[in-house]
Amino acid sequence: MEKRDSESFNPKIIAFCCYYCAYSAADLAGSLRLQYPPTVRMIEQPCSGKVDIRLLLQAFEEGADGVYVAGCLEGDCHFLKGNIRARKRVNAAKKILDKVGIGGERLEMFNLSGSMGPRFAEIANEMTERILQLGPNPLNLIRTERVNTGEEGDHK
Amino acid sequence: MAEEKGKLQNLFEQGEFVVTCEIGPPKSAAGDGIRRHTEHLKPYADAMNLTDNQTAIVRLSSIGAGVHVLAAGGEPIIQMTCRDRNRIALQSDLLGAYSLGVRNVLCLSGDHQTFGNHPGAKNVYDLDSIQLIKSVKDMREEKIFHSGEAIKRDEPRFFIGAVANPFADPFEFRVLRLEKKIRAGAQFIQTQCIFDMERFEAFMELSRKRGLHEQAYIMAGVMPIKSAKAARYMQKNVSGMLVPDWIVERLTKAEDQAAEGVQICIEQIKHLHSIPGVRGVHIMAVAWEEIVPEIVKGAGLLPRPQERRN
Amino acid sequence: MIVAEAKPLEEILESLNGMSRILIVGCGGCVSVCLAGGEKETGILASALRMKRELAGEPLQTAEETLTRQCDPEYVQQLAKKLEGIDCILSLACGVGVQFLAEHFPQTWVLPALNTKFAGATLEHGLWEERCGLCGECVLGQTGGVCPVIRCAKSLLNGPCGGSQNGKCEVKPNECAWQLIYNRMSQLGRLERLMDVAEAKDWSKSRDGGPRRVVREDVKLDG
Repeated sequence: MEKRDSESFNPKIIAFCCYYCAYSAADLAGSLRLQYPPTVRMIEQPCSGKVDIRLLLQAFEEGADGVYVAGCLEGDCHFLKGNIRARKRVNAAKKILDKVGIGGERLEMFNLSGSMGPRFAEIANEMTERILQLGPNPLNLIRTERVNTGEEGDHK
Repeated sequence: MAEEKGKLQNLFEQGEFVVTCEIGPPKSAAGDGIRRHTEHLKPYADAMNLTDNQTAIVRLSSIGAGVHVLAAGGEPIIQMTCRDRNRIALQSDLLGAYSLGVRNVLCLSGDHQTFGNHPGAKNVYDLDSIQLIKSVKDMREEKIFHSGEAIKRDEPRFFIGAVANPFADPFEFRVLRLEKKIRAGAQFIQTQCIFDMERFEAFMELSRKRGLHEQAYIMAGVMPIKSAKAARYMQKNVSGMLVPDWIVERLTKAEDQAAEGVQICIEQIKHLHSIPGVRGVHIMAVAWEEIVPEIVKGAGLLPRPQERRN
Repeated sequence: MIVAEAKPLEEILESLNGMSRILIVGCGGCVSVCLAGGEKETGILASALRMKRELAGEPLQTAEETLTRQCDPEYVQQLAKKLEGIDCILSLACGVGVQFLAEHFPQTWVLPALNTKFAGATLEHGLWEERCGLCGECVLGQTGGVCPVIRCAKSLLNGPCGGSQNGKCEVKPNECAWQLIYNRMSQLGRLERLMDVAEAKDWSKSRDGGPRRVVREDVKLDG
């Protein structure tokens, strides 16, 4: 996997964030003026357990270069086991992504608490770095190619 | 029609302490090995079992092997498992076997096919061992096929055997199941090989309480183990057999492991002979048939008795 | 319910070679309950197939439908207007549904996305186990509610065999059905019943007699 250090690669990373932890941590990071890249688009969820495999795959199919799910520390889930379910689903989705050729490394699950502002920023940076290393979602490469060669984008 | 009882049945009825052994047929289409074993073993065993694709591994058929035994002057006990044949084939094979001179049949369920060398095979289990025992008995006594149709002439008149495993679970039910087999028609019983003498004695006591020792001839199964390695293999890989650690230890410590294995077996036989209700011993010297004469001699069971024909 | 499991993705992809427009049909019946072929699983499979094919340079167009059931003609007929230009139907139903679609749309190639396994029940969320052998002549009344036909690896009606040890079948890691039967009958004080020799089964009532039928004359409308 080549390192895409050209400015043309601006990774699009979707972060499914649990309201109780990640979202609060993001707020905290913001008020602490901690830097994290604008590549990460956050989607608020009532619980990380709301995420399911279909949603995760959809994100990649629609062109996300990376996806992560941020949930509470294990044992602290407001809905008791939502974050456990999320982890299992993330693991299952990773396997599918490997089979499909997108790569399970583009998807990750993280656990943190609402007070961990710095950790939130760290995660965002970590994933961004990882995706920069991995390069664009292979689907995006194909679609760009097709547009360039004048083919119609027939992917949906 | 004249009663044509086989040698095995006659010896039991004479009150002899019967000795049987086992021959594992080869994984090939030659019977000369079986004939050689028969020649070698017949002065030491009253009859010999021919296993039926034991452990679901394809071998020369039990009936085929039985015919080779007859040709070599021995008394075969064919084994019939329910795993590979439906009721049509079972009855047909019984007719064939009897017509060729076989007189003794041991009916058993049979090891599951997943243990063998053809694990993807479809299993049959059309009948179970108890239904088979009953069917073989009905062929003889009621002169009918399983379907109820009459056998118009020359019905097979087998001496019927069954297996008992005092070492399987549930223990309490084992004696009841033995009784069920005897009720269904089992006339002689061979147990799975005995290492746990205490458990076997408990089993025999329960059997005697229900009078089973008088309704069928119960034979105790023994197996000489060649080496500590063989003992450990059996502990792990053979279902329904409990090989205790003390045997493994004793064999490991011995200078000559094989001789020690023989000695253990002889001690077991001598003890079993003293248990009331035990009418014989079945020596399963798997892949070690040549050791049987030494064991029989060592256990004081020579010379073997003659049949008294009236 | 009938319990089924997803076929490996590679196998499904292989069967779709050369197709460019497919209809993927889920089933709201048994396979939804055992999380193999319901609406959600249909969506996941569709997405995975599309992405894989797009990456391979052979884009796949998919339409998704999930029927209430695929084993009743009224529901299956709903697909009739959706078949225009479709290279094949990929069905996430059990084997019954797949065949039903094939029967109702004989001009369309129908492929299975699942391997149908058994008739069973949910032991816990995510775990299903076989219970019924569909033998056509139920003997559960004689065995304290434990099926010897399918839960005993040898279908013994007068079990257990000599391979039963500590409640386990000789075929690991199965439980010995006859240990269960013995326990149940003991608990219920009916152990004596196990002393009667259970007669041989009439296997012609089971799959051995060919495909079976059940008819309710009082309910049939025609004839």
